[in-house]
Amino acid sequence: MAIFINENTPILIQGFTGRIGTFHAQEMIDYGSNVVGGVTPGKGGATHLGRPVFNTVKGAVEETGAEASIVFVPPPFAADAIMEAADAGIKYCVCITDGIPAQDMIRVKRYMRRYKKDSRMRLTGPNCAGTISPGRAMLGIMPGHIYKQGRIGIIGRSGTLGYEAASQMMALGIGVSTSVGIGGDPINGSSFRDILEAFENDPETDAVLMIGEIGGPQEAEAAQYAKEHMKKPVAAYIAGLSAPKGRRMGHAGAIVSAFGESAAEKVEILRAAGVTICPSPADMGSTVAKMVGTMKKVA
Amino acid sequence: MDIHEYQAKELLAKFGVPVPRGGLAYSPEQATYRANEIGGTRWAVKAQIHSGARGKAGGIKICRDDNELWEAADQLLGKRLATVQTGPQGKLVSRLYIEEATDIDREFYLSFIMDRSSERIVVVASAAGGMDIEEISHNEPDSILRVAVDPAVGMQAFQAREVAFGLGIEPELVQRFERIILGAYRAFRDLDATMVEINPLVITKDRHVLALDAKMSFDENALFRRPQISELRDKSQEDSRETYASDRGLSYVGLEGDIGCVVNGAGLAMATLDMIKLAGGEPANFLDIGGGASPERVQKSFRAVLKDKNVKALLVNVFAGINRCDWVAKGVVEAIRDLDIKLPVVVRLAGTNVEEGRKILDQSGLTVITAETLGEAAEKVVAVVKKNAAAA
Repeated sequence: MAIFINENTPILIQGFTGRIGTFHAQEMIDYGSNVVGGVTPGKGGATHLGRPVFNTVKGAVEETGAEASIVFVPPPFAADAIMEAADAGIKYCVCITDGIPAQDMIRVKRYMRRYKKDSRMRLTGPNCAGTISPGRAMLGIMPGHIYKQGRIGIIGRSGTLGYEAASQMMALGIGVSTSVGIGGDPINGSSFRDILEAFENDPETDAVLMIGEIGGPQEAEAAQYAKEHMKKPVAAYIAGLSAPKGRRMGHAGAIVSAFGESAAEKVEILRAAGVTICPSPADMGSTVAKMVGTMKKVA
Repeated sequence: MDIHEYQAKELLAKFGVPVPRGGLAYSPEQATYRANEIGGTRWAVKAQIHSGARGKAGGIKICRDDNELWEAADQLLGKRLATVQTGPQGKLVSRLYIEEATDIDREFYLSFIMDRSSERIVVVASAAGGMDIEEISHNEPDSILRVAVDPAVGMQAFQAREVAFGLGIEPELVQRFERIILGAYRAFRDLDATMVEINPLVITKDRHVLALDAKMSFDENALFRRPQISELRDKSQEDSRETYASDRGLSYVGLEGDIGCVVNGAGLAMATLDMIKLAGGEPANFLDIGGGASPERVQKSFRAVLKDKNVKALLVNVFAGINRCDWVAKGVVEAIRDLDIKLPVVVRLAGTNVEEGRKILDQSGLTVITAETLGEAAEKVVAVVKKNAAAA
């Protein structure tokens, strides 16, 4: 069943009729995702890409039974769109938007806590490439054809570095159960730890590759979780070995500002927790191959 | 985005944080004039650069008369001041802040940060002021107070009082500390800051409470709604290569090496730098061309990378999703022709339309070195730089 999305998950597009929303909605439809409609305030009642447009997420959920949504709304309005999805009962929301103010995300996270844990929306992103369960459904902006269907979970902050990993794996004949982008922002919807937990509980995932980077505490939290709670093997690559301290490397969150946030320190923390480290970004596929190979021998 | 001390003080003062009397000076004449305007008998002449630890680097001078003021200003202006934070190249001093000197009784550390673990604004305070926070956490970790603010309701007065009492402030001054802490918090929240640091916050011998030094940084993602903050940007404090790139919408960080990098995506760009290092080379820059790598953007990226005269070879690494490889290849060919690039260029393309992209490069008649994988690309660019260095 992969995690979060499959071929049946009814999907809404927030920011449906805009240029970017339109382009990626079409790509998702072509991939086979079950896109049931979209939301653009003020354009309710129209039809776009053969699907209904709604004024509000609540209205769209009532009419279509949508369970997942993807947000293409521009930065000033994106936080509002995410909160609207959470309030309308969307279960899984991916926010693609890059450039949301950090304080808006703090508010979003705080707002989501008003819902009980079992009915609370799961958010991934913002500033991510989305989520794909290869061969089943794509809820993102990635090139779907570089992912082979299989049993390895991928979690990553970066879009293109995730593509790199997926294509290295495909070249070695290794497939992916689900690939989840958690985004490059300092305050994000789900952490590495959150997604590791979902993969640990997924019967269709055998092992996980996590692709982290400099900045923030999430890789260290993931290391602790993997050590204490996971039976499935985890491999990791941390980008930014050569990043100078205090400099922001593209992503709003990719900055070393405290102890334990450099790539070298994160690698040590992960290694100490029993996570297999990819020696270079060119070895993500081969590291996973070796890990899975060893696993089979043990089994 | 960082701003100067005097700008941070102006902003904080608007939120009720008391600061010493002071004024700006661009010349020794102005420095002496400002000091007379402020009055008093002793003044601090403070170099305005985007860095802490200026005092230890000789960027702050205490003066007692016009001669000393003139001399201090003359020495500092136009100089590149190197602190432990700026690196050896230092930063240009083009403005000075002249401030009345204060007789300090006690010093405190007060800052507000965006805490990524709790996902809240957190107040950090210590009675061991004057040292930077790394020193405090190393020398007196127990003196550090931390209070997280609930974003739903904002900071409450009792939280500010808890900090003030925690610092051991005498009761008659607690209310003033409370106002300062709440004011600085409001400045952080209302201006979309990512950091406010008042170090030291002092009690003077005549029982005033003053922010003696102040630093603020801002969330660049929020500048669309903070035009008054954008205005405070001082490009002379930035790496000129980075200013050039950011003015063109590119995300660029200058480094010390000689291999110029053009990559799409921040994560892949970092990984590409790592790969160059592992192959034995040194990257000259981080550069993310961002989404939609149109031929124009590729050309802009090449220009930005070539601003750095240390660059001896270029590595283009694009994993195309939305932006197709043929489009990127077209951009690379045009850029090499239009900019008349003689340096070796290694190109690695992957993803959507990769075959068409490679064909465009092969048929261009240009001597582009192509690579299929990330590892191969890094090895090839490092090899060509080493070969050329050996030949020279």
